[in-house]
Amino acid sequence: MSGENEETQTAEETSVDEKEIQDKVISPEKAEEAKLKARYPNLGNKPGGSDLLRKRLQKGQKYFDSGDYNMAKAKIKNKQLPTAAPEKTEITGDHIPTPQDLPQRKPSLVASKLAG
Amino acid sequence: MIAKFSHAADIISTVEFNHSGELLATGDKGGRVVIFQQEPESKSQPQCRGEYNVYSTFQSHEPEFDYLKSLEIEEKINKIRWLPQKNAAQFLLSTNDKTIKLWKISERDKRPEGYNLKEEDGRYRDFNTVTTLRVPVFRPMDLMVEASPRRVFANAHTYHINSISVNSDCETYLSADDLRINLWNLEITDRSFNIVDIKPANMEELTEVITAAEFHPNQCNTFVYSSSKGTIRLCDMRASALCDKHAKMFEEPEDPNNRSFFSEIISSISDVKFSHSGRYMMTRDYLSVKIWDLNMESRPVETYQVHEYLRSKLCSLYENDCIFDKFECCWNGNDSVVMTGSYNNFFRMFDRGYRQDVTLEASRENSKPRSVLKPRKVSTGGKRKKDEISVDSLDFNKKILHTAWHPLDNIIAVATTNNLYIFQEKLN
Repeated sequence: MSGENEETQTAEETSVDEKEIQDKVISPEKAEEAKLKARYPNLGNKPGGSDLLRKRLQKGQKYFDSGDYNMAKAKIKNKQLPTAAPEKTEITGDHIPTPQDLPQRKPSLVASKLAG
Repeated sequence: MIAKFSHAADIISTVEFNHSGELLATGDKGGRVVIFQQEPESKSQPQCRGEYNVYSTFQSHEPEFDYLKSLEIEEKINKIRWLPQKNAAQFLLSTNDKTIKLWKISERDKRPEGYNLKEEDGRYRDFNTVTTLRVPVFRPMDLMVEASPRRVFANAHTYHINSISVNSDCETYLSADDLRINLWNLEITDRSFNIVDIKPANMEELTEVITAAEFHPNQCNTFVYSSSKGTIRLCDMRASALCDKHAKMFEEPEDPNNRSFFSEIISSISDVKFSHSGRYMMTRDYLSVKIWDLNMESRPVETYQVHEYLRSKLCSLYENDCIFDKFECCWNGNDSVVMTGSYNNFFRMFDRGYRQDVTLEASRENSKPRSVLKPRKVSTGGKRKKDEISVDSLDFNKKILHTAWHPLDNIIAVATTNNLYIFQEKLN
């Protein structure tokens, strides 16, 4: 008889233990959710709601206008396009330039016929 | 599984066998379509079915610019669907986000020779040198496969097209975007009928979007569409012109205690496919594959876990956007096995009859051509057995989103990011 009581008690304890374990085990999702909310406390209250959907509907890169789009496409196509050589610091606006400050004029490719 | 073939390409975005299985079409991010053809069985190796080699390649879509919204329209091919073959030529529909095109693929293996007025290279002959008349004849030439666009179905979708499906009547097809589904006649390009419209009057009230749609394989009046909330609606076009009211709604009840921030996101259905028999349909959500009996709306009849171990990784999968990956699924020819992809270049097969499942890997490093694929296992517990891979070593950039199964034989096509693998069942 006492044996039976012991068994019943053990059974009850086990079921309580199991429930505690189940509470922790059944929701790995809830654990992940807590992690996310800890990292991003400002995350919207509506899970998977309008914001996410609206972002999905708006998929696709936006450009300022068609010119912007075509420039971007050209840049992708011509990755080898030579970039302009970095200009020497242009001296403007601060003071009136002197001849020494101005960038050297490149010599003409065609030599003068007079030099012939 | 043996006889692997791989073909490097731009990022593959869709894979589809035609109705006989002889042709396999792939679409990629660059708007190209590549069609493979199965070589006829060789007499020397009757056990090995023919290999697939490139048959035709063409540029289906080009990038475009929407001037009104200043948005780029990607040329990426979202879906390809074959038409049943009616004559010598093959037809397929290919679509990007906005435009659907009907392509005709035809063979030319003869050419006329012996013109009277032209030389063989096309130059016109001097009339004075023509002294006799002859009848031009057709002579065999090297096979040339030509692809030509026969119809362009444009300007019918405000949102991004996610599905196209050819009706069993072979006259019409549907195209679905996030909020609307349109019905087209294959012959008519300047108009389509809107059959589903779930756009709310006030966009602030938007709660769900259409994720996939498909016609029933033999009932031409029936189609289904799935949503981002995990529901599937079956519609009957005989009921009314606008099918906003569904005939059936399939939804698995959710335990409210288990609801979390991620619940709705992972319940979003990324693909829906009818069985060949038409009696069942399969849906793919982020973590599982479900089989539904069309006669029972209350819950699926079978549920298969694809990668349940990811449930405890949802936070990082949300941060790297992987939680939004759209996996597809497919049936084998007699509806006894279903297949879907996963991460780390793994793909999974579930045998419905024998209640068995297997995880295989599509990668060059791990399987040599003509060798049998070894089953893989992901270890979930603390102790990792030899040959198992731990969840944390999975490569989430290596995702298999697109798979296809030959309609008759046990041949499968599996697309990793840049490669196409074709596996055949080993015959003893």
